[in-house]
Amino acid sequence: MATETAAAHGAEAAGHAAESASACVGPSGGAVGLPQLCGEWMPNQIFWLVVTLIVLFLILSRVALPRIATVLAARKGAITSDLAAAEDLKAKAVAAEDAYNKALADARTEAQAIVAQNKAEMQAELDAAMKEADAEIAAKTAESEKAIGEIRAGAMDSVKVVATDTAEALVSALGGSADAATVKAAVDSRVKG
Amino acid sequence: MATEAHGEEAGGLVFHPMDQFMVEPLFGADVSWYTPTNVTLWMLIAVLTITGLLVVGTSRRALVPSRSQSVAELAYGFIYKMVEDVAGKDAVKFFPYIFTLFMFIVVSNFLGLIPMAFTTTSHIAVTAVLAVAVFVTVTVVGFVKNGAGFLGLFWVSSAPLALRPILAVIEIISYFVRPVSHSIRLAGNLMAGHAVIKVFAAFAPLILFSGIGILVTPLSILAITAIYALEILVAFIQAYVFTILTCVYLRDALHPSH
Repeated sequence: MATETAAAHGAEAAGHAAESASACVGPSGGAVGLPQLCGEWMPNQIFWLVVTLIVLFLILSRVALPRIATVLAARKGAITSDLAAAEDLKAKAVAAEDAYNKALADARTEAQAIVAQNKAEMQAELDAAMKEADAEIAAKTAESEKAIGEIRAGAMDSVKVVATDTAEALVSALGGSADAATVKAAVDSRVKG
Repeated sequence: MATEAHGEEAGGLVFHPMDQFMVEPLFGADVSWYTPTNVTLWMLIAVLTITGLLVVGTSRRALVPSRSQSVAELAYGFIYKMVEDVAGKDAVKFFPYIFTLFMFIVVSNFLGLIPMAFTTTSHIAVTAVLAVAVFVTVTVVGFVKNGAGFLGLFWVSSAPLALRPILAVIEIISYFVRPVSHSIRLAGNLMAGHAVIKVFAAFAPLILFSGIGILVTPLSILAITAIYALEILVAFIQAYVFTILTCVYLRDALHPSH
């Protein structure tokens, strides 16, 4: 770099010395002092800088920045709406889960209700059957008791008849005569006692 | 500095570290205010680069950005956030102005790192115009927005009353020194780095002339590489510093109370 510029300066040197006696360019074509402090170059730099800045400002503020702002806003919007959609879907999923759980719980309670109802029905049926059976048993018992009572009464009568006959026979055998009424009363009192 | 260098041509080495900053006309020999010079050329290249990046690069307006569009969006977001955070929400209308300054400076700085390039931002005339433009803008905005209240910037109401006049003098001086430091910081950093690279470059061909070159040449090439890496950092940091200082000054103009 240094050697190249040196060569260039060598070529330019004659030209510079001949044409322009610039205060900032030495006889060899190199810089005299600090090029930054050379007053005769400053207007040129300032002019082109101002032109550059104005052009750049117009390009950026009219074209580039609004465009980038639009893109960024669009992206932000897309992300926000996507997030909102995701939130929405999540809410829907939660609602669906809730509905499912509710249905499950409902089904469970219904099943329990049905079970309880069936149980109650069976109990009632069972109770009715039991009652019927009890009644039947009671009826049968009463009937049997009645039959036993009849049999017993029949037996008592037979005993009286046999005792009266026996007593009359005994009385007559012993040589007495007994009227029937007296024998009967005696037998009755003996059988009762 | 440069004149001394011209004198010392030790062992055939040529030192012209400052020649890279010379303004040269593209046509003819004279430099008047309107002559197209290497300044014009490199500023034009800067404008084309920025346009290529920010206009052509974003022309697809893609929702999923391409690389160039990503860079453009990154730059936009970076400066937008800086303006918003440092200068405040109401400074956002100055965003195109600040963005223009940042893009011009950062692209010029990086273009200047191309070998043989002319670094427009290494010139005090250029950075001074930028800094004075910021200074004038800030001062005008300060007075338009706050009227005479802008002078409150110089009256430190949190200080004891007796100290305030003295502080006011200091504040006023520091206010007017702002454009000087603002411009010299940028131009000085770039000029120094480029000059140092050039000095090391001048040492590099010593191996052709002298035995000690076996040691000096690799060292100087290493040094050029190292300084170049540093200059890449400086190119961005100085653009960043210039922009963030602009935002800080703008905040002072919009909210002058301490």
